[in-house]
Amino acid sequence: MSKPRTANPWLSKAAVNGALVLAVVYMLFPLVWLLTAATKDAGGLLAGNAFSFDGFDLGGNLSRLAEYNDGIYFHWYANSLLYAGFGALACSLVSVAAGYAFHVYDFRGKEQLFGVVLLGVLVPTTALALPMYLLASEVGVVNTYWAVLIPVLVNPFGVYLSRVFCAGYIPDEALEAARIDGAGELRVFWSIGLRMVMPGFVTVFLFQFTAIWNNFFLPLVMLSDQKLYPLSLGLYAWNSNAHAEPDFYPLVVTGSLLAVVPLVVAFVSLQRHWKAGLTAGSVK
Amino acid sequence: MKARTRAAAILLTPFFVLFTAVMVVPIGYAVWLSLFTEKQSGLGFGGTETVFTGLDNYTAALGDRAFREGFGVLLGYCLLYIPLLLVGALGLALLLDSALARARRFFQLALFLPHAVPGIIAALIWVYLYTPQLSPVVQAMEAGGIGFDFFSPEGALPSVVNIALWEWLGYNMVIFYAALQAIDRSVLEAATVDGAGAWRIAFSIKVPLVKASLAMVGLFTVIGSLQLFTEPLILNKGTGSAVTSTWTPNMYAYTAAFDRNDYGLAAAASVLLALTAALLSFAVTRLTGRKGKRA
Repeated sequence: MSKPRTANPWLSKAAVNGALVLAVVYMLFPLVWLLTAATKDAGGLLAGNAFSFDGFDLGGNLSRLAEYNDGIYFHWYANSLLYAGFGALACSLVSVAAGYAFHVYDFRGKEQLFGVVLLGVLVPTTALALPMYLLASEVGVVNTYWAVLIPVLVNPFGVYLSRVFCAGYIPDEALEAARIDGAGELRVFWSIGLRMVMPGFVTVFLFQFTAIWNNFFLPLVMLSDQKLYPLSLGLYAWNSNAHAEPDFYPLVVTGSLLAVVPLVVAFVSLQRHWKAGLTAGSVK
Repeated sequence: MKARTRAAAILLTPFFVLFTAVMVVPIGYAVWLSLFTEKQSGLGFGGTETVFTGLDNYTAALGDRAFREGFGVLLGYCLLYIPLLLVGALGLALLLDSALARARRFFQLALFLPHAVPGIIAALIWVYLYTPQLSPVVQAMEAGGIGFDFFSPEGALPSVVNIALWEWLGYNMVIFYAALQAIDRSVLEAATVDGAGAWRIAFSIKVPLVKASLAMVGLFTVIGSLQLFTEPLILNKGTGSAVTSTWTPNMYAYTAAFDRNDYGLAAAASVLLALTAALLSFAVTRLTGRKGKRA
């Protein structure tokens, strides 16, 4: 059935790599635009010529960013680091503990319970934000750090990933050896299991950090005090002002650029880990 | 054995306590709220009182044209976005997996990078790139004789779909690529020996072997699409775009709660959205015929 291969191999190679390069251009040019736009003042930004360095004023933009409203931008930055850093750390611990228990122990109803976790993966979380807001106001934590921190500690997919990683990284013999040495079960988890599954832990951490850093709907619903805003919400508020006052445009653009930097650095330096996460997800 | 059961309980408790608090309880609370309505009490001086109104909020939401149109928008969005995403991501993964591709690590990283950009910032960047006065893209398109208004009624859906594609294409490409890489190479070699060309191997062997990944990505994309909110919200704010403040069901629920302070209606809208997600998840899982698998 197959046709004889008459195509020029050099031509096919150029076509394949050319198509990939086109896709990369599509992915990267908005980021390149962000980079050049962040160097312009409001006038230069509105004048077009986006991909040039005309009206170069990155220093001016950065100092205006730092000064505006007593440096609220870097306050948001610190908040984002706190929400994402602490949230992802605690979430990964909770997830890995649960995933480890699902992998190592046998108990009645285990697979049914794991089924509940998998169902949780399918819940559309934004549909929960509103009832969560009303619950939080009943409890009196609305407009506090906790309102944004507690909901992000739960990630059913993280539990699923952790179970897969524990199955891959922790050989039963290692746990058995520790038990024979007289270590208690929790001790075995803490000093053997957790250590061995550390690459998986980093993966879960990375994905949860990204999810929290990028989270917008939950803080939008929960927070009204600007001092508690994460970056996403702060930039959104500034952007809403920009339509009336174009001076906000350089603030929004420069602020967006700085907000993207930590995740880009993380993804470039931790390639092994996000690939591992997506691979574990794909062979489900 | 008892020590092990106790350890399992201790390790599982934090997750399930939190899971109950931020998923199970809010679902129950949303259902509860949706059955009540705040009404002006007595003479109108005593503030409001909350009255049980049964399914009234549901009939109100379903009876509201804006809410129904939101589902229409979602349908159009899914029909345009999901095929483009699946075909695009799988196509790129097949290209990268072919023997001809170079610099695979670089391509994977570069295509994945938009995932590092928060949705709100992705939307902001693209809205700038859609704005005629600011955008090199619109200017280039006009110079090339293509006039397209991203903020017009016809432009609304493509504008949002493009932002979503930009955010998710590379992410899903990596998932497909990982699945392709997991294919036993000897199967592919056997096909080559039998005389199958690169196209035939891609479509008759590789694609059927990554069906499970396609189904999973399809399922997560459907659930994500139903929650569409951030990108259209940015388009809605001050761009003069045809995207309204109740464009998607999620935006409808948000405006019902925070602009109109009608929590009952907002809860009913959220419950209806979650129900739709549940039904679609069930349908997608059934259609793709996967058995309940475990790790």
